[in-house]
Amino acid sequence: MKLVSANTATGGGSTSTRWLSKESDTSMTRSSRILVIVAALLLSLTYYFPLWKIDLIAPQYPEGLGLRIWINAIGGQNEGDLQRINRLNHYIGMKTIEPDSIKELKIMPWIMRGLMLFGVVAGLMGRRRILLAWIIIFLLMSVAGLVDYYLWGYDYGHNLDLENASIKVPGMTYQPPIIGSKNLLNFKAISLPDGGGYAAIASILLAMAVYIREFYYAKTRLIR
Amino acid sequence: MKTALTNIYPYSIRKEYMQTNSHTALRMALLLIAALLVTLVAGCAKQDSGQKVGGTADAAAKVYVAPGSYDDFYAFMSGGFSGQVSVYGLPSGRLLRVIPVFSQDPEKAYGYCEESKGLLMTSHGFIPWDDAHHPKLSQTNGSADGRWLFINGNNTPRVARIDLKSFETEETIEIPNSSGNHASPFITQGTEYVVAATRFSLPIPNRDVAIDSYKENFKGTISYIKVDSATGHMNIAFQILVPGFNYDLSHAGKGPSHGWSFFTSYNSEQANTVLEVNASKNDKDMMAAVNWKKAEEYVAAGKAKTWKTQYYHNYLDEGRWARSEVMNEVKVLDPKDCPGMIYYLPTPKSPHGSDVDPSGEYIVAGGKLAALIPVHSFSKMIKAIENKEFEGDIEGIPVLKYESVLAGEVQNPGLGPLHTEFDGKGFAYTSMFLSSEIVKWKLGTWEVVDRMPTYYSIGHLLIPGGDTRTPFGKYVIALNKITKDRYLPTGPELTQSAQLIDISGDKMQMLLDFPTIGEPHYAQACPASLLTGNSIKYFNIADNKNPYAIKSEAEAGVKREGNTVHVYMSTIRTHFAPDNIEGIKAGDKVYFHVTNLEQDWDVPHGFSIIGLNNSELLVMPGDTRTILWEPKAPGVYPFYCTDFCSALHQEMSGYVRVSN
Repeated sequence: MKLVSANTATGGGSTSTRWLSKESDTSMTRSSRILVIVAALLLSLTYYFPLWKIDLIAPQYPEGLGLRIWINAIGGQNEGDLQRINRLNHYIGMKTIEPDSIKELKIMPWIMRGLMLFGVVAGLMGRRRILLAWIIIFLLMSVAGLVDYYLWGYDYGHNLDLENASIKVPGMTYQPPIIGSKNLLNFKAISLPDGGGYAAIASILLAMAVYIREFYYAKTRLIR
Repeated sequence: MKTALTNIYPYSIRKEYMQTNSHTALRMALLLIAALLVTLVAGCAKQDSGQKVGGTADAAAKVYVAPGSYDDFYAFMSGGFSGQVSVYGLPSGRLLRVIPVFSQDPEKAYGYCEESKGLLMTSHGFIPWDDAHHPKLSQTNGSADGRWLFINGNNTPRVARIDLKSFETEETIEIPNSSGNHASPFITQGTEYVVAATRFSLPIPNRDVAIDSYKENFKGTISYIKVDSATGHMNIAFQILVPGFNYDLSHAGKGPSHGWSFFTSYNSEQANTVLEVNASKNDKDMMAAVNWKKAEEYVAAGKAKTWKTQYYHNYLDEGRWARSEVMNEVKVLDPKDCPGMIYYLPTPKSPHGSDVDPSGEYIVAGGKLAALIPVHSFSKMIKAIENKEFEGDIEGIPVLKYESVLAGEVQNPGLGPLHTEFDGKGFAYTSMFLSSEIVKWKLGTWEVVDRMPTYYSIGHLLIPGGDTRTPFGKYVIALNKITKDRYLPTGPELTQSAQLIDISGDKMQMLLDFPTIGEPHYAQACPASLLTGNSIKYFNIADNKNPYAIKSEAEAGVKREGNTVHVYMSTIRTHFAPDNIEGIKAGDKVYFHVTNLEQDWDVPHGFSIIGLNNSELLVMPGDTRTILWEPKAPGVYPFYCTDFCSALHQEMSGYVRVSN
């Protein structure tokens, strides 16, 4: 029923102009507000689970070997994996991964706190356009994060110290994919979001769903 | 038939038959006739053995462990005269590891590197070998708990403790006032004590006396070694001075009989020469029942005398460096001063095994020259003690009446009963050395229900948990002394052998033969899950407290102290640091302290240098090991990593320059 009314509504030009006007930015329903706060609080999981993971699969590592990218740290699948991966990487001339020298790891917790605060405020205020602003900032930050992650991977994978590398394969670079798998010599590197990353994805999807719901709900309300 | 007889009957007994007096000869003749009959039976059985093995495919499926899969049980087998312990997987029979205990092992630098040498120290000095007989897993409430494995050294009396997280020997203790430490290290059900006893009685304290003054001067001791429940550290709590018989085997009571230990002995004749004849005369010898809780009370009451002596206690300190403590006294209890502490149970005939069933009620003696298996009852023994049903006393030790303590006798079990294990389903399995078989019989009715020929001359046998309160009655393993034609020939010295037999059904089914290291005496097995979760993957470098450890490559270097040079060396894939060493002089004592900085599973590095009059080093990740090198002439000496560690292992090498 709603859909039909909505479709009818889009037909009228006046509807859209009224929507753009200030008085149209009405309060969201109570359930939507709660969902927005839930979406914001979902981000707190990024403090408890890694954002991203890179698993390195090889027969000699039945116990697994991999990196876990946390909001503020780079760890391993198992304790000591970072050291193990650095030992392996020195054969191909890759730079040592030193979490202390990666400034993003210091900035990201603040960005995440800011996003959470913004989300909670958006929920409390219940204004649809503030929610939209949150979603846009959230998306921009995510894109920036992924671009940074790509550049970081590019740098490590391409800028090799070939002078001191024991293993040199002409034309070979070692950039892990952002999502997906790639063969890097004897390892298959698989890169995927991890718990914290999935929480962030769930958060933004939930926020967008609430926004869409409110968008259509507001339209039908206007027609009434 | 004559050939068969010769094969089955050991030379010693044939010789005995020819040499002994007519009374003994008559008994031996009877034994021979019995052996003849058994040979016939065994001969038939051997022809049938194809059927006993069952469908080959069926047997193969039961022992097949697919590549990459784990066995269900760990088995720890004594290495006998190799002095070591071997670790096998069951049911596959795959050898997983050899743990060096009483013998040097150049592969692992055990007994060669400075850290481990102390474990082989005794009051006789450094001893690179012993004869290891009876592994025993530590127990909690009568079941294996997976913490430690103890094993005895028979020759120079010692007991060792192996840690089951690292599978390494952590401690050895010498037993004073003893020799032939055979009835050891049988453990009490809560690992309160491990025991030791004297098989070759001695003048105690040892002194220069005529050997034929044996009856007058020779004694044995039964020792109780306290085990610290937190650290596993051993110390000799007390020794009991006993008549000079040959104390042979033991098991501790369990459940209702907890607090007691039972020791078989032979040579109640107290012979000191040609024991094979002279110690086989009495129809019954003595099983000693020791109430060790009573003994504790006597020690607490000050009844023990403190004797001066000397023995070594060696253990790894927190830096995993073997420290040797010289102990100078021991507490000794004399049964004459301690009524109620020890009793003798007459037992036919030169009894060997002393095995307590899972309920703790029955004590089975392997009367190795007897034509039956006597089973004593613990509850009857307690009653007989209360009613003072004694037939006499030997040096202050009351001798109980055989009939008063006997639960039953297994009639016609076969020949040469030695050891008994239990399946937890009401059955006992006894190894028969002479008739070369395992005999299954029922506790309570004492009837024989099944037989399985073994190839050849079985000694000990093993059921996982078969001497604990919780047996896993799935397999019995025959530990055989002789193999002859069972494997591809390898010259005169042949492998020893284990045979895996399925006992899950009514009839035993032969599944598998597999070779063992040295002579397997006793063995222990436990479910793999008890140990797999605790096994250490590598040592944490941050916790390395070796005094010569370095925590990073930056600390590597060379320090000279007079003629002694300490090389603090690190290894990590794939280089040594330092790898070019100059400034060494011919005649220096050079200690290489090699720290493996790896923190990765299964990445040991090795170290050796040309002309090293010593073993290699094999250094586990996070560990430090030290080897001494004494270069004699100037020159340049290459060293290298001996354990293939990475793709650039061949490049892992270096040089030492030695100058005048």
